[in-house]
Formats: sequence, C-alpha cells, structure tokens
Amino acid sequence: MNSQPSGSPPDNGRQTVYWTKSLQIVLFILAIWFVVSLGCGVLFREKLDALLPPMGGAPFGFWMAQQGAIIGFLLLLFLYMILMNSLDRKSGFDQEGEE
Amino acid sequence: MSQDLWNYIFIGGSFALYIGIAVRSRAATTKEYYVASGGVSPFANGMATAADWMSAATFISMAGIIAASGYDASRFLMGWTGGFVLLTTLIVPYLRKFNKFTVTDFLGDRFYSNFARAVGVICAVFICMTYIMGQMRGVGLVFSRLFDIEIWTGVIIGAGIVFFYAGLGGMKGITYTQVAQYCVMVFAYTIPAVFISMALTGNVIPQFGLIGNFTEATGETVPLLTKLNQLNTDLGFPDYTVGKLGTLDMFCITAALMCGTAGLPHVIVRFFTVKSVKAVRKSACWTLLFIAVIYLTAPAIGAFARTNLILEVQGTAYAEAPDWFKSWEDRGLIAWVDKNGDGVMQHEAGGVFAGNNEKPIYAEATERAANEPRLTTNKLSENSNEVYYDRDILVMANPEMANLPMWVIALVMAGCVAAALSTAAGLLLVLSTSISHDLMKKIVNPGMSDSQEVIWARSASFGFLVVAAYFGINPPAEFVAKTVAFAFGLAASSFFPTILMGVFSKRINREGAIAGMIAGIGLTLGYIIYFQFIVDHQNYWFGISPEGIGFIGMLVNFSVATLVSCVTPPPPASVVEMVEEIRLPRKAGSATH
Repeated sequence: MNSQPSGSPPDNGRQTVYWTKSLQIVLFILAIWFVVSLGCGVLFREKLDALLPPMGGAPFGFWMAQQGAIIGFLLLLFLYMILMNSLDRKSGFDQEGEE
Repeated sequence: MSQDLWNYIFIGGSFALYIGIAVRSRAATTKEYYVASGGVSPFANGMATAADWMSAATFISMAGIIAASGYDASRFLMGWTGGFVLLTTLIVPYLRKFNKFTVTDFLGDRFYSNFARAVGVICAVFICMTYIMGQMRGVGLVFSRLFDIEIWTGVIIGAGIVFFYAGLGGMKGITYTQVAQYCVMVFAYTIPAVFISMALTGNVIPQFGLIGNFTEATGETVPLLTKLNQLNTDLGFPDYTVGKLGTLDMFCITAALMCGTAGLPHVIVRFFTVKSVKAVRKSACWTLLFIAVIYLTAPAIGAFARTNLILEVQGTAYAEAPDWFKSWEDRGLIAWVDKNGDGVMQHEAGGVFAGNNEKPIYAEATERAANEPRLTTNKLSENSNEVYYDRDILVMANPEMANLPMWVIALVMAGCVAAALSTAAGLLLVLSTSISHDLMKKIVNPGMSDSQEVIWARSASFGFLVVAAYFGINPPAEFVAKTVAFAFGLAASSFFPTILMGVFSKRINREGAIAGMIAGIGLTLGYIIYFQFIVDHQNYWFGISPEGIGFIGMLVNFSVATLVSCVTPPPPASVVEMVEEIRLPRKAGSATH
C-alpha cells in the first residue's frame, strides 16, 4: 500500500528511511501498549491473578487493569517522545527550539 | 462559617477566576479563535487537555461505577487513558503537521471530497452534542443541590458562563480557563481521598491505598481488597476483583473506548494549539500525567467508598445511621425499605425495588420523624436487599462519610462544576468551528472573510448552547446515558480509522474512505439503535454489548475502505505529496487556512 509514486523528490531516500524507522518505533510502542492493557488487564488477567505474586494487596492482573496499565501508558508516551526526538535529530528533521 | 458561605466563596471565587482569565484572552481572529494562535506551551496544553478530557461524568460518576462493579469498571480506566497512546503515536503529530484548524479539514483535503467533509461535520456535531448535554445537566444538578435553586436556573447560569468565555474567547479563552479548572479539579479530587486513605489504610498517598492494608477492629491487618472481596461475597455480590463481564465483551468495550478516545475531535484539536510536532509529543506526556493523577486515584476512591458504605450501613440500626446517609436520603439519592421489619439496614446483592434498577419513588413529602426513613411507593422486589443508593453520590458524599471540614465539601462541589464547564467549553468550540469553518467557509461560502467567520463561530456557539441547555433541563430520560455508547462508538468507527488510513496509507482514496466510513458508522449505529431502543432482550452477537460494537465497526471500516480502494483509481499525485509531507516533522509552522 506504500508504493512510491514515480517522479518523487530527490531526497526521497532520506524520507523513506525516516518513515520506516518511525513506523518501527510506533509498532514497538503499540506492541507494549497492547500487552500491558488488553493483554495483562483483560486477556490474561485470570492467569496473572493466579500465577504472579500480588501487587501489594491486589491480585496482579486486577492491579494491572486498574492502575498498572495507566502507569505503563505514561512510561510508553515518555519513551515515544525520547525515541522520536532522537530519530528526528539523527535524520536531520530536528525542529530547533520549536516548543 | 456555614456550609452555604463556603460554597459561595468557592464557586463564586472560581467563577471570578474563569471570567477574569477570559477577559484577558479574548480572541479577535480565526487563528486565535480556533487554535489560540498555535503558541500554547506543552505544559499548559497538557493541563488544558486533561481538564477538557475529564468530564462531569468522569469526575462525579466514575468512582461510583468502580465501587459498584469492581474489576468490570477497569474498561473505563484503561479505555479512557490507553486511547492517549493511540492518539499520540498515530494521530496528533501528523494532524498537527497537516496544520489546519479542524479534524474535518483533514478528511476533506486528504480524501479530496466535500462529501467526506460533510460526513465529518455530521459526526463531530453528533459526538459533541451527546456529550455536552450531560455536562449541562451536571452543572444544573450541582447548582440545584448547592444553592437550593431549580435545575433549570443552574443550567442557565452554567450555559451563560460557558458562552461568556468559550463563545467570546474561543480557543484562547478556553485554554487558560481549562488550566485553572484542572487545578481546581485535581485538588477537589485528591484531598478528600488523602483523608479517607489515611483513615482506612493509613496510607498518605491515596493511589497506594488501593493496594494497602485494612486494619480490623481486632487490630489485625488484611489487604484492603481481600477485606472487600470478603464483604462482597458475604452479601452475595461477585468478588470485587473478578467481575462478571465476558472476556470478549470486556476486550471489545475497552478497545472501542480506546479507539474512540483517539478519535474524539475535541481532544485532537487541543493539540493544534502547540507550536510544533516536537511540542505535541511533549504535551501528550504532560496530558497523560495530569490525567493519571486523577485516574490512579479513582480506583482507590471506588474501593474505599465501597468498603465504607458496607461497613457503615450493613447491619446498622436505622436509628443509628450516619448523618450523611440521612442527608442524601433527603436529597432523594438513598432509600431504605425495612422489608423484614427489624429496624436494621440489610444491604445485599439485587435491586431493592421490582424491575430493572428502578429508582425509588418517594411518597408525598410529609414531616418525617427523627428516626423514620422516607417512605417509598415502589413495588418491592423478591430479594431481601433493603438499601438503595445512587452510584453518583459516592464522590460527592465521600467528604461527608469521612467527616471532613466544610471547606473540603465546597471544594469538591467547585471541582464538579469545573469538570463540567471545562469539557463543555472544549466541545462547544468543536461544535462552533464545525459550522463556521467546515460547513460555512469550506462548503457553502469559500469567499467569506475572517471576521465574518468569527461571527459565524460565535453565533453557532450560542445556538448550540441553547440546544444543549434545553436538553440539560429536559433530559430525554435514559437517552443521555445510552447515547454515550453512540459518541464513543461513532468516534471509534468513523474518525479514528479514517484518519489513521489517511496518514498511514497513500493508496486509500476518496471512494474507499467514504465507503468505509458509511459501512463502519452504519453497522455501529444500527447495532446500538437495535439493542438500545428497538428490542428488549440482550442476545448480543457473540456477547458483544452495544458499548463495544464500535471496535467491530472500526474493523469493518478498515476492511471496506481497503477493498473499495483496491478496485478504484488511486488518489491524485497532489494528495500523495501531501501525505508524504505530513509524515515529516519539520516545518510544522503556524496554522493556515
């Protein structure tokens, strides 16, 4: 679906590399996102409740669903920001001082 | 000082603050009106987005829902926060780079079609209208309880304030009032939780109270949740930490809420107010952090409230019932029917009254003796549960349950109002820009001048507020609660997948996007309408409830769009170039038409 049209601009190579790498970052983040929320909190919740030691006083799967997933999301967004900013810098798409 | 005086000070003070901010930041141009000139700092935008996102329903009802349904309520906790991961990685950086005023602009330009634009306008208006009705109702309810006025007066006051700063100030006015509103909300939500957490579990940080220990009267300590499970099962309720929804249903609902969150236009446009793609990423971190402070507290409040309620009510003689029990009974949100005539309150699983979750109907108000409950005229159910309570009281009654000082109660009320107003303002902005920008400027009259557009935006926001206030005063009964499923289902099956394909595929064309949206929305709306309004049974397909169907609608949208795009001509070269451009973060610049 991502076929390149003919007559692309000259620095197309750099853009394609950037796009492939940012897709990898997004997929990586979303894979963890899926595991911590829908995975731990819903699909495997019963197994985690039974097999893993409780989180303080809460069964592990239940805790993931009510608090752990949210903490996970927060860490993921932070990681996304760091990875994408460093990709921007390496690929020369950095936005100097634009905040 | 009396409670009334504290209420006036807190509500009056917060209103003065909001209006003061609005007067300082009035918008004159469309750019100020729609995106606050695109110069908001990531930190301030994070706070504003958090306030925008957390509605009266989140603030007032969520902890109550968690208290009532335990594990099952995790779908809201995960759904309404997990959506921000999708939003940040898949949607907002690219739409910010696209650099226009509205979400519908993207649909119209990317799919080079005014038809797609019109579908966008309809979805945005529908989603925001459903939401805003509930906010106006929330403001009215809080005011009527606080100041003993009719609900309609409360709704009108709330609508007036919102029009003043959102209608006149636009995005610029909204942004900084939302920052102030977030501060009010976060204190109002966490301060009572701190006191209760200390009393119940000895933990100063309420977020940790959920996993803390409960001290029995005998001095032994058990984990709070173990205690709660035991209390629940003793009374015939399912285990607090297990719940009863099926796994597939739970999966679909959580996923639909996540994707719906990532497709809500009033949240997406907040990220158009920061300077660059880099700032969007930073702002998303702040947003989720501010939301998490409240969302991590909510499950703790839910567990505390449930424990307190059972411990203080179950097996207590009515004559010795706590004061808060009677004062909320006065306001019609608690009822007790002495089914076995022993004068002691028995709380068990099952509804008190015959029918499905029936609310109490009180006998004509007569002077009630000190130790007599209010009489109800409902037909009673077969089971022996005697205590009815409205789940919404749990957050509002929390300070009273914990015997907190009066100013805390006033602060909680100010927090409820802030939650409702901040969300209403954000929604109103999307509603008014949908009309002034997407409909009038882009479809009807492209030659319109900037100042005319601002006038249209202000008039549209006035018009929508009148409609919202009307429905706030005369809510279509259960309709509002049921339509929340619509708002998220619609966002999950229309905006989210279509924007996603618009950014991540160069091959999806006009025909595909339109066919996909129609198929996704059609399935979702059809399913919800069929099960909510037409039939009475709940024989859902594969056990997926209407709340979760948006996820299936989204999958249908993806498949139809891909299939149709494969057999129709690819999008023009200019559109492909635009897609390539928005994928690169540099030169986001400021918003243009």
